[in-house]
Amino acid sequence: MAVEPGIHTERGAAQPRLGWAPWRRALSYHVVFWRRTWRASIVSSFLYPLLYLASMGLGVGKLVNSHSGGVQGVPYVDFVAPALLAMTAMQIASNESMWPVLASFKWTRSYWTAVATPVRPRDLVAAKLTWVAIHVAMVAVIYTTILAAFNTLLSPWAILLPLAGVLTGLAFAAPLAAYVATQQNERSFPIFYRFAIIPMFLFSGSFYPISQLPSWLQVVVQFVPLYHGVALCRTLALGQGTLAATVYHIAFLAVLAGVGTWLCLRNFRRRLEV
Amino acid sequence: MSHGSPGPTVERWTGSVAPVPETESRPSLVSARGLVKRFGEFTAVDGIDFEILAGESFGFLGPNGAGKTSTMKMVSCVSPPTAGDLRVLGKDPRTHGPEIRARLGLVPQEDALELELSLMDNLVMYGRYFDLPRAEIRARAVKLLEFTQLSERANDKADDLSGGMKRRLTIARSLVSEPDLLILDEPTTGLDPQARHLVWERLYRLKSEGVTLIITTHYMDEAEQLCDRLVVMDRGRIVAHGAPRDLIAEHSTREVLELRFGLGGHGPHVASVADLAVRVEELPDRLLLYVDDGDEALAAVHARGLLPESALVRRSTLEDVFLRLTGRTLVD
Repeated sequence: MAVEPGIHTERGAAQPRLGWAPWRRALSYHVVFWRRTWRASIVSSFLYPLLYLASMGLGVGKLVNSHSGGVQGVPYVDFVAPALLAMTAMQIASNESMWPVLASFKWTRSYWTAVATPVRPRDLVAAKLTWVAIHVAMVAVIYTTILAAFNTLLSPWAILLPLAGVLTGLAFAAPLAAYVATQQNERSFPIFYRFAIIPMFLFSGSFYPISQLPSWLQVVVQFVPLYHGVALCRTLALGQGTLAATVYHIAFLAVLAGVGTWLCLRNFRRRLEV
Repeated sequence: MSHGSPGPTVERWTGSVAPVPETESRPSLVSARGLVKRFGEFTAVDGIDFEILAGESFGFLGPNGAGKTSTMKMVSCVSPPTAGDLRVLGKDPRTHGPEIRARLGLVPQEDALELELSLMDNLVMYGRYFDLPRAEIRARAVKLLEFTQLSERANDKADDLSGGMKRRLTIARSLVSEPDLLILDEPTTGLDPQARHLVWERLYRLKSEGVTLIITTHYMDEAEQLCDRLVVMDRGRIVAHGAPRDLIAEHSTREVLELRFGLGGHGPHVASVADLAVRVEELPDRLLLYVDDGDEALAAVHARGLLPESALVRRSTLEDVFLRLTGRTLVD
């Protein structure tokens, strides 16, 4: 009588491990998916900023440069380029932290699959935020290289641009993922895009110095996360800005990322450990 | 035990031919005492006790909303108990969740597969959650896809599979970590009969290889086929427990005669057949006569000039046990 090989009779040499940093296990989830979708994300990650750069540098830039000799003493394209990096970081971070997070709770239920294994809710948070950091860093490194190649970087501090991008990304990703973890549907997401992302894009001093805004709006802008990301990237790229202002920008973004991470840990746990 | 004295050991077996209670020989993998799960005001599991032994196949039977899934989630260390004592693999899920889960396999009610990924990638990704080396996962995945008869689809997207195939893939996934305890929450709900039989056959093989299975179901035939022992749950409580055959013997008769009397309603007929059966149940579409000999009872029905539209003699099932215990059918 033919006997099929037993599936469970021989135990493999490898046993499930509970080694260091269990969140690494959940990270491979993001890597596997990115490998399948990175071609599509190239367009939004690189092409759009480059088109902006070309359009602003060649079109608006020429106008600005010929009228006022640039902005803050530098050619207009140099002024805009680092801001685009901050905006790209914001975009990647929000794309990663909204629909994919809700999907993992609601539709694909990947998070529920994961917490039935040794993976804990906090590992999922760590994996998600680490992945956002890696994703932003990958794009930011290439982006910085392109900017350098176009001679738009005027300071050696520009080598830290990818880190500024990562910090900006986490300042968005962590609070957003924490918020999404409390949501049952995606109804509020387009509202967030319309009333947060797009106004931030337009009013964070990306395309002109905020000194051009009415004074009350300048005060409001101080509380806008993207403004601090843009200002930090610009400081590093151009070598301008005071130490105090730079520390303030970093602290603002770090507090957002920190509080957001804490809320993520709490909200993921509440949702998954019921 | 007998310390060399021959002979008298035989005397120990007097009075019973039943095997030694298994609790003495096999370790307990799961034990629950006064287990409670509440969601706000709602009590999903209302103080239940049970013990699951290594190598057995243990069932939780009950209708939707009986508390089966809540119990499974607590046993699989996903959902913390509200009250009571729970030990899984000898440990407390509240403090040793990841450690316990490393040795469990879970087939949840919803497959939750990564539909965009291939079957192989689904298994690899899941195996990574257990921190197993990729090469080892792949080697196991090849065997598991063979075991679940999905080898030919290894590189297809999970989205392209039929419902039964997705279920089998979920079972394959739960086995990647070679668990000591496999928990299946309604493994065949929503599958067509052929797909169900294939799943049963695979589960039966796992069982015969010594894997401990916990199965929830609202299908009687599933419980009878797969479970050595089971508990019947209703409204968060355990209303009966035992081996399927014992439960049937205890709470039902050997056979059941089902009579359908057309549109006139069954009520009027209850009185005319009541004395033929140990018990009569009136369902919306039929009468159930609990008897020891169905054919004999049917002959008696005919002899009284009653002409049911259809009559069926069958053996008692767990469905009858449930009906007896709760007054309701399992699948409404």
